[in-house]
Amino acid sequence: MTTKQPNIGNMQAGYAKKRKIANIAVYVILSIMVLIWIFPIAWLVFQSFNGEKGVALATFFPKTWTFDNYIKLFRQEGLSDPMDPTSPMIVLPVDRMPFPYGRWITNTFIVAVFSCVISTLIILMVSYALSRLRFKSRKMLMNFGLILGMFPGFMSMAAIYNIMEIIGLGKQLFSLVIVYSSGAGLGYQIAKGFFDTIPRSLDEAAKIDGATRNQIFWIIILPLSKPIIVYTALTTFLGPWADYVFVSYFMKGDDQKYTVAMGLYEMLKPETMHEWFTVFCAGAVLIAVPITILFTIMQRFYVAGVTGGAVKG
Amino acid sequence: MDYLDYVQMTRSQQIAYKVKSFFTGIPNAIKTIFMYIGYFFKNLFVTIANGFKGYGQRFAAGDGATKLSYIIMGAGNMAHKQLMKGVLFLAAEVAYIYFMMSFGMTYVSKVYSFGVNVDPDNPNVIVDGVVGNVPIRYEIDPIFGNKIIANADTADDSNKVLLFFVLTLMISIAFFVIYIANTKSAYATQEMLKEGIQPVGFVDEMKTFLDERYHITLLTLPIFLLMVFNILPIIFTIFMAFTNYDKNHNAFNRLYWWVGFENFADVFYNSAEKSQTFGKVLVWTLIWAVFATFSNYILGIVLALLINKKDIKYKGFWRTMFVITSAVPQFVTLLVMRLLLDNQGIVNAMMGTNIRFLADEGWAKVSVIVVNMWIGIPYTMLSVSGILMNIPEDLYESARIDGANAVQQFTKITLPYISFVMTPYLISTFVGNINNFNVIYFLTGGAPESVDYYSGAGTTDLLVTWLYKLTVNEQDYKLASVIGIIVFVICATGSLITFNMSKATKNEEEFS
Repeated sequence: MTTKQPNIGNMQAGYAKKRKIANIAVYVILSIMVLIWIFPIAWLVFQSFNGEKGVALATFFPKTWTFDNYIKLFRQEGLSDPMDPTSPMIVLPVDRMPFPYGRWITNTFIVAVFSCVISTLIILMVSYALSRLRFKSRKMLMNFGLILGMFPGFMSMAAIYNIMEIIGLGKQLFSLVIVYSSGAGLGYQIAKGFFDTIPRSLDEAAKIDGATRNQIFWIIILPLSKPIIVYTALTTFLGPWADYVFVSYFMKGDDQKYTVAMGLYEMLKPETMHEWFTVFCAGAVLIAVPITILFTIMQRFYVAGVTGGAVKG
Repeated sequence: MDYLDYVQMTRSQQIAYKVKSFFTGIPNAIKTIFMYIGYFFKNLFVTIANGFKGYGQRFAAGDGATKLSYIIMGAGNMAHKQLMKGVLFLAAEVAYIYFMMSFGMTYVSKVYSFGVNVDPDNPNVIVDGVVGNVPIRYEIDPIFGNKIIANADTADDSNKVLLFFVLTLMISIAFFVIYIANTKSAYATQEMLKEGIQPVGFVDEMKTFLDERYHITLLTLPIFLLMVFNILPIIFTIFMAFTNYDKNHNAFNRLYWWVGFENFADVFYNSAEKSQTFGKVLVWTLIWAVFATFSNYILGIVLALLINKKDIKYKGFWRTMFVITSAVPQFVTLLVMRLLLDNQGIVNAMMGTNIRFLADEGWAKVSVIVVNMWIGIPYTMLSVSGILMNIPEDLYESARIDGANAVQQFTKITLPYISFVMTPYLISTFVGNINNFNVIYFLTGGAPESVDYYSGAGTTDLLVTWLYKLTVNEQDYKLASVIGIIVFVICATGSLITFNMSKATKNEEEFS
């Protein structure tokens, strides 16, 4: 723009034009980016309906469409006598399936439900104590937790497995529940942040009315904390669905005890990848859909929890 | 230089100043770390000294029952009308003595040598004889003849010895705390009676656990779980770094034993193969962490700015499209990426190329960083969007009144605001990326491998994926725990340095 007396009408038109071009550019960039981000997901969904096997042949849109990959997750055929190649083909029982997907889902679900309940309780207890109660060792405990959290999560997994074996939980699903929920006490920050925002005057009013801290927790604070309870429950429920590390070490070699993450990873081993790659896609889609839905719900509650606290200022 | 000098500089001078102050800040940060450690030990010793002082003073001022409770726990409480509490203290003492006699002492006495084993190859063990082919160790008993004290069945399991030693250690510390509480309680009740106050009854005291001492009720179970399944294994693993525990010194066929700092020496200089592998893996871990953190950070901000640009419509739609992709479990998207980037995968097919995205060292390193951007940018975008909405509108308004154009508003308001709010986020992502197991393991698994790397490590392995492989595939537990300790030290120092830095630069950028 020049410093001479400008023609205002022209200038506004110029601005509008410039702005329009800039906006179009932004729309184009965003569209390209969305395509890049959606592409792998879309590819996964399409491949789960692919009738042909093998990664090399996988075009974006399958040439033949089928639903078999989904069926094959739960119904796998094989020789009735694995030693005898002439024996007739039968539908394999779960414990003889090469990839018992249904069992994995059940396992993961059991582990997830238990660790969700235990972890949520622990997180609420710890965050309430650290947020609203004042005691001598509070700061020290928080610092200690911070330091503890800096050790790599699975550094001590060999030791934990030793402990599990000694207390008789070696290769048991319950050992996973313990692993996922025993560390929950360190993940108190978000819930504590929420409790911090509930006005203290509520506690004080209740205290004047003669309520103990126990009653304040159950009767006053918890009913106000629905968003953060739902958020905590969902995150702890989703944790076991994504963990690979502990399952792979704890359940090594026992495919009846795998969870989905471990099982699906096994499908893509070089020996089985060609045959099972489309089935993997079907299995991945099947767990990704409910998780995506839960995640979306969780996001809503998380935002509600955080902004709900922000109202106080 | 103070704040006034700083604001008078040009933008480029300011950047240069910041870069300079980052590097000049490092010695200071290290000094601070040592100061923290110093404070910690000073406080620790002061606490211990005060503890002893109080312990002695209470003994001197105590009456007979209080003095007795220094040996027989609970005696003071029982004599001072707190029968139930006294009984509980006494029960704790009896239980602890029984535990030590029947269990604890065995392992404490064994931990120095890791126990008895019948393996003749183990230099820690004297084999006294051989029955058949099995070496045994026996005790000469004048009445009943020679008694075998160790054969293949009764040989000690080094794992159990070490584990139960750590357990005994933790139980002893817990008992010590109870013991001190007992002496305090005995003295307190004595003083109360002297002043004519009736000590609270047991039921009333229990009630305080629902009110004044409610934190104890709430925290006992979580801390217990942490103790048993986090702290105990971590201590065990740290001890492991000073032994030779690996697949050749497995608990089931041989003992392992203490080797001092040998493993650390190996990793740093002693063993050429190990130290070179460690050096390369460490350098790549740091390079990876820097690139992975900043690429996500910068592009995430750009994406958030694009979506939140004033005239852009359907903001919710754009945001959702990106967020949905991060809802899919990470191992699924990463495995899909691995398939897409396969040598014969669809990316090569579509471009008509034959690039070995994950099999060639250089390409693999680029690929993991790019794929990590795909994973991480939506997260950054989400948090930056939240921040952008929170920037007070009046900041922009007053800037406009002062004649700032769009670019100036961006560089003077938006950018500093984001970088101020996001500093803690940057620290945690950086530490998170050093520990980023998923991206590397699911995409390349550390491959491509290289002949000059030690046992199983590949050229894209991070310290943590190497740690995982050492534990699961190689069963080289001693080396794995050394790596774990080093990762801890790196993360702890890194966080502390950045934390100090951000505290130092806070004043310049503070918005209120």
